[in-house]
Amino acid sequence: MYRYSVNRALLVVPTLVGAAALVFVLMRLIPGDICMVRLGSGGASVDPRALAACHAELGLDRPLVLQFLDFVWGFFRLDFGISMWSSKPVAEEIAARLPISLEIAVMATVVAILIAIPLGTISALWQNSWIDHAVRTVAIAGIATPSFWLGIVSILAVLDVSHALFGAAWMPPIDYVPFWQDPLRNLSMVILPALTVGYRYSAVTMRMTRSAMLEVLREDYIRTARAKGLVERLIVNRHALKNALLPVVTLIGIEFAFLIGGLVVTEQVFNLNGVGRLFVLAVQNQDYTLTQALVMLTVAVFVFANLAVDLLYAWLDPRIRYG
Amino acid sequence: MIRTSGLAAAGLACALCVAAIAGPTAAADTPKRGGILTFMIPADAPPSFDGHRETTFATVHSAAPFYSVLIRVNPEDPSSTTDFVCDLCTAMPTPTDDGKTYTFKIREGVKFHDGTPLTADDVAASWRAIIHPSEGVSSARESYYLMVDKVEAPDPTTVVFRLKFATGAFLPALADPFTWVYRKAILDKDPRWYEKNIMGSGPFKPADYEIGQSIKGVRNPDYYHVGQPYLDGFTAIYAPKQAVRVDAIRGDRAAGEFRGLPPSARDQLQHELGDKIVMQSSDWNCGNLITLNHQKKPFDDVRVRRALALAVDQWHGAPALAKIANVKTVGGVVFPGSPLAATRAELETLAGYWPDIEKSRAEAKRLLKEAGAEGLAFELLNRNIDQPYKFVGTWLIDEWSKIGLHVTQRVVPTGPWYEAMRSGSFDVVVEASCNSVVNPLLDVQKYLPRTVFSENYGNYDDQPEIDLYQKMLHETDGAKQRALMREFEKHVLDTQAHELVITYWNRIVPLRSYVKGWKIGPSHYVNQDLANVWLDQ
Repeated sequence: MYRYSVNRALLVVPTLVGAAALVFVLMRLIPGDICMVRLGSGGASVDPRALAACHAELGLDRPLVLQFLDFVWGFFRLDFGISMWSSKPVAEEIAARLPISLEIAVMATVVAILIAIPLGTISALWQNSWIDHAVRTVAIAGIATPSFWLGIVSILAVLDVSHALFGAAWMPPIDYVPFWQDPLRNLSMVILPALTVGYRYSAVTMRMTRSAMLEVLREDYIRTARAKGLVERLIVNRHALKNALLPVVTLIGIEFAFLIGGLVVTEQVFNLNGVGRLFVLAVQNQDYTLTQALVMLTVAVFVFANLAVDLLYAWLDPRIRYG
Repeated sequence: MIRTSGLAAAGLACALCVAAIAGPTAAADTPKRGGILTFMIPADAPPSFDGHRETTFATVHSAAPFYSVLIRVNPEDPSSTTDFVCDLCTAMPTPTDDGKTYTFKIREGVKFHDGTPLTADDVAASWRAIIHPSEGVSSARESYYLMVDKVEAPDPTTVVFRLKFATGAFLPALADPFTWVYRKAILDKDPRWYEKNIMGSGPFKPADYEIGQSIKGVRNPDYYHVGQPYLDGFTAIYAPKQAVRVDAIRGDRAAGEFRGLPPSARDQLQHELGDKIVMQSSDWNCGNLITLNHQKKPFDDVRVRRALALAVDQWHGAPALAKIANVKTVGGVVFPGSPLAATRAELETLAGYWPDIEKSRAEAKRLLKEAGAEGLAFELLNRNIDQPYKFVGTWLIDEWSKIGLHVTQRVVPTGPWYEAMRSGSFDVVVEASCNSVVNPLLDVQKYLPRTVFSENYGNYDDQPEIDLYQKMLHETDGAKQRALMREFEKHVLDTQAHELVITYWNRIVPLRSYVKGWKIGPSHYVNQDLANVWLDQ
């Protein structure tokens, strides 16, 4: 177990360096540069002296190897540098956006769990009944419907319904206020995105819950429990659901990690100043340092989550070893 | 086709170019004090707050309310292209020394937000930072002031600009809305302090800034324009997506925005809000240029370039496009509202503006045949922005197909678009020229060869054009300058057909009807200090 853990942990280093090299090269393969975008994106003419000064200031006139070494060295010291666009520390830029992304991710996860686990279980228990068909239809619709479309439609629905009911259109606030400052305003802003993201999330989780439950319900120990005369509620809750939830929990974890930086379109639709929107902005502006930091953060989250899962599996199942 | 006389056409052009559709406002309305204006900035947060350094409207819309400038476009008449008034100065000066010296008296009693007095030293230091930035400091507008030799502050209330040569381009350049006056002591200590900090003497003081989210200002009680500002404060929310902005205006989460919406959004808001929304519209000092890469065959042949211009029916295309895209008025190299702009009759003599499109296209076909370029196929490079780039690009492809050309469109993001233009790896490109204060003598620099103006991507040399421009730049007599501009325009658009100028953009600004006092102009950079805005609630 010790050797396995060390070997597995050491693999993280080349993975991170490889990812760093990839993101560094890919960003620089995109034609153009941040200075042109910054100085001329409004259609204004670009002063060549200002352009040269901008390149020098951002270090873009330095050899690529030096730029790469700086980036990797900074990453391992957890120093992500300064955003080329805003000249603010990258950590500050991300920290400003993280709370809202985190809040949406948590709320969407809660929504997903509240919808997916009961419905997935019911669907499995009444397999092939009209309830099962209805739940599966809801789940497939959730997977097939893009969150951004649902977001746009939900905003329009709120506007139209409020207009019809009160004579004036109402929509949720578009400027974020932290929960501890104004809970009502905060919730009225985040509830729609949380519901729209949570619906898709719940659809995926619902299907996983149903499949896992169906598999577990056919296990010998469930049959034994039934043969012993245990009440159905106890069989489902204590024996079936607990075991069926293992893959579901893994899925929820992966989806949650994705939501931290993956709400790119939803954040645009709801004007949420989150990490996803920052990602888009960084790529659009060709802000190398910020994009690199965001990609590496995402990579690091997934690499360490995988590491944790692998180590956990090795601990749970002693048969998993290297060599 | 209805032909109008030159004078009537000029009148029509002027009427078209500043069609400020005022709503139920009236001059007699008495401003009310108080209230917080919430508006949206259709962009993500600006890269910095330093107006001297940045070019994006996001910087101006965020921070202009905090700053003063020396002179400005008259906020009560922003649609005028020649009406400049003092902000920090006491009277617009009459130039001396054959038009080469401008002496400005600075208001006394003006204070920065930190309570320190603003003097001529601060004004001069700010202008020196713009015109002659120190090593390692970026100034985006250095080239606007090529005529300025020195800026001096002989005493605490006097600023003197000494020019290398007299030119009509100076005053409009001086009214640029990015030329904020900073505190000299701060600039001396750290020339880059203003990138991350705000400290001016404008109508509002900064109150709060949430990165990428919003910026807030509160009324400056010491503001020197007595009685202003009327608002207690403002909140500007960054909202880059148009759908969000339209919904927010509809739901009254924001009172409007100041850049501009396309016609479809205007129609939607008007339909849904009726008299609760007021739309102001104006010709925009922005337009799409079609640049032909002279280094790529057959665009090195003037006959081919002229054929491309002659194929385009701007007079009929503009009204049709205006229904779906934010474009409106046909113009030449000069913004249509300027005294230096061509009248319709003058334009109609140029390739690409002929009133008889059938005759024009027949000539285009003849030229292509003569040049051996019949059925020419090429790629049109375009920027990945809907309004109006992609609309214009698609329309042009259709126009060119009518003379037998086969054009495909390649749409790329901003970075690769610039890179393709700079490296010359394109056939024909849809560009944009978006200028601030209308200043034709500087605005037309875009058409000068790259040896003179680095951001011209046509890859051509043209000494006669440069000579003509220099003559025009140094000419101070209005009538002679106008005649030279016509020569320049004919040379660029017709004789050499270096570029095609496509319909000027249409600026449509939606504001809730309770927002009063703000007037539209031809630039989204201008008139954004909000000092004269008030809420009728």
